[in-house]
Amino acid sequence: MRVVGEVSQTRIARRFAELAERSELGLVAYITAGDPTLETTEQIVLALEQAGADIVELGVPFSDPIADGPTIQRASERALRSGTTLAGVLELVRRLRQKSDLPLVLFSYFNPVLQMGVERFAEQAAAAGADGVLLTDLTPEEAAPVRPVLRAYGLDTIFLAAPTSTPERLKRLAESSTGFLYLISRTGVTGARELLPAELPALIRRVRQATTLPLAVGFGISQPGHVSVLGGLADAAVVGSALVEELERAATAEAAIAAIAERVRVLKAAARHGMSQRTPARPAAQEL
Amino acid sequence: MSATTQLGPDTGGRFGPYGGRYVPETLMAPLEELEHAFAEASADPAFQHELAALLRDFAGRPTPLQYAARLTERLGGPRIYLKREDLLHTGAHKINNCLGQGLLAVRMGKRRVIAETGAGQHGVATATVAARLGLSCTIYMGTQDMERQRLNVFRMQLLGAEVVGVDAGSRTLKDAINEAMRDWVTHVETTHYLLGSVLGAHPYPLIVREFQRVIGREARQQILAMEGRLPDVLLACVGGGSNAIGLFYEFLNDVTVQMVGVEAGGCGTALGEHAARLAASQGFTGARPGVLQGTYTYVLQNPHGQIATTHSVSAGLDYPAVGPEHAWLAEQGRVEYTAVRDEEAIEAARLLARTEGIIPALEAAHAVAELIQRAPKMRREQVVLLNLSGRGDKDMEILAHSLGR
Repeated sequence: MRVVGEVSQTRIARRFAELAERSELGLVAYITAGDPTLETTEQIVLALEQAGADIVELGVPFSDPIADGPTIQRASERALRSGTTLAGVLELVRRLRQKSDLPLVLFSYFNPVLQMGVERFAEQAAAAGADGVLLTDLTPEEAAPVRPVLRAYGLDTIFLAAPTSTPERLKRLAESSTGFLYLISRTGVTGARELLPAELPALIRRVRQATTLPLAVGFGISQPGHVSVLGGLADAAVVGSALVEELERAATAEAAIAAIAERVRVLKAAARHGMSQRTPARPAAQEL
Repeated sequence: MSATTQLGPDTGGRFGPYGGRYVPETLMAPLEELEHAFAEASADPAFQHELAALLRDFAGRPTPLQYAARLTERLGGPRIYLKREDLLHTGAHKINNCLGQGLLAVRMGKRRVIAETGAGQHGVATATVAARLGLSCTIYMGTQDMERQRLNVFRMQLLGAEVVGVDAGSRTLKDAINEAMRDWVTHVETTHYLLGSVLGAHPYPLIVREFQRVIGREARQQILAMEGRLPDVLLACVGGGSNAIGLFYEFLNDVTVQMVGVEAGGCGTALGEHAARLAASQGFTGARPGVLQGTYTYVLQNPHGQIATTHSVSAGLDYPAVGPEHAWLAEQGRVEYTAVRDEEAIEAARLLARTEGIIPALEAAHAVAELIQRAPKMRREQVVLLNLSGRGDKDMEILAHSLGR
């Protein structure tokens, strides 16, 4: 078992250490902040925690989300229409932090952060109680002036690794990341899909050789079966578009919250049981 | 201005502070692959020979530099020369870049090309080159642009390309680029993204400039042959800025040559009414340095960093960001950037049609409109060289509307 959480005090590192101790696959839940309002997002995040999510990624909406599929594009449009800003999302984090100790990652694109000012963003995000930052269109190279600022305020810097990443790039991504490394399961944009790529286990093994960081796998994860498969391979599964779709389908905010929470409960159950235990020889009965 | 205009990009793809490579990780490997393929091709005489032959025999280069006698007489100012990129196959300078990148795609073993298009000129040029080289082709186009440039949609389809309408955001060029990038990130192994302007992540601003430099190389020789001296002023319209950089680049170290890039002033100076990113001195608001679609440059945006919608009668100029090299040239004071309004561009198109027998694309008509304003303040012995980057067939419906039918 990899040793995590000893060198760092961040909530993210602590959570992965706890998961490792229990040989349990973590569940990272993504939701677009402000879709349809920040008040609803606050209730959703608290419900996500109750339902067993280990980490929540709060999507800060951007007008031109090039890495996102139609589901999260629509969520971003709804959030922007309701007037959501980065400052508003940080205020949401502050409110959540008064009620919850759940690790929170801010997930966005670079421009909203750049326009607020990197230093000001880092200071306010840390003060609000955010734990990590992932900016989809910011590579380690372009993050060179950004990363030290975020780190100085104790924020984890999480980068995306992709199936197209070369060994040299994987090394650079791992060196730049703290908290965990987010592995994109396939070439493409975000969005729920039926099947995981057949090459995923080999990809995960390749990334494992480049880092000892916890590995979260996302893009296309929506079903308990997906989570079960990841159990023996990764440290966490990321589910996003599938939750946003529940929100889109629901008639009321209450129904949306209930549906999202139920979806996460089912996925987390698959993470706890199924094929997810770290030591396959261990009898399932001991798990209960 | 100084003799030492700083050129770019550096190895990180920077033009001064501008440019760079802001993309999802999945695209980093294909961008590096493209960078290497371009460097190899640039040093490969066989590639250069093949490109030169296609530019000559298929596209119709060199294009003429025409002395515009009646327009010169009409405006009563400097001697006016038109670089006739509108006479190229497919009707605009876009084909220069498409042939270059098409050959690069073949060289990289990619059998499919995708592209965005605003006015449709780049889409048509891409579809044309794809047909000529036997590549499959998908073009992304905003649905608003599809409405105002219907003829070009038919052209692309006739050439065998699939045209995908993009019904997001302002339904124009920016939204088409988003969708093209999503396609590329999904099909990187098989597909080359044939970006149409000096925009996007490194190495695109470099590659597109290099493939468009042929405009300035020819124009410099032609004007020296015809006038025996360099021009006083170069004029070109600037959307992303590929035709402008293609003309300007060869003259950057000619200190006596003044350069003007003309942006779309739309219908007003408020955010949302124009597409003027660098002409802030004329009162256009909302442009600040930011990151959009892979590059750090001047971007029209709101105070929270959300990208603004833009307006221009010209679909090809209707875009919220400008090529990073233009941002750098503006900052160095080497190129002056200005903007003209929709109706000035339409009026300029009509004037050029009647005086010279040339119906320009509304994009190029912006440069003509700026010329109309400047010419009376210049001396008769001065020389202006204007890049007539495209022809106006695609804009007939808009121009017809302005005639009151």
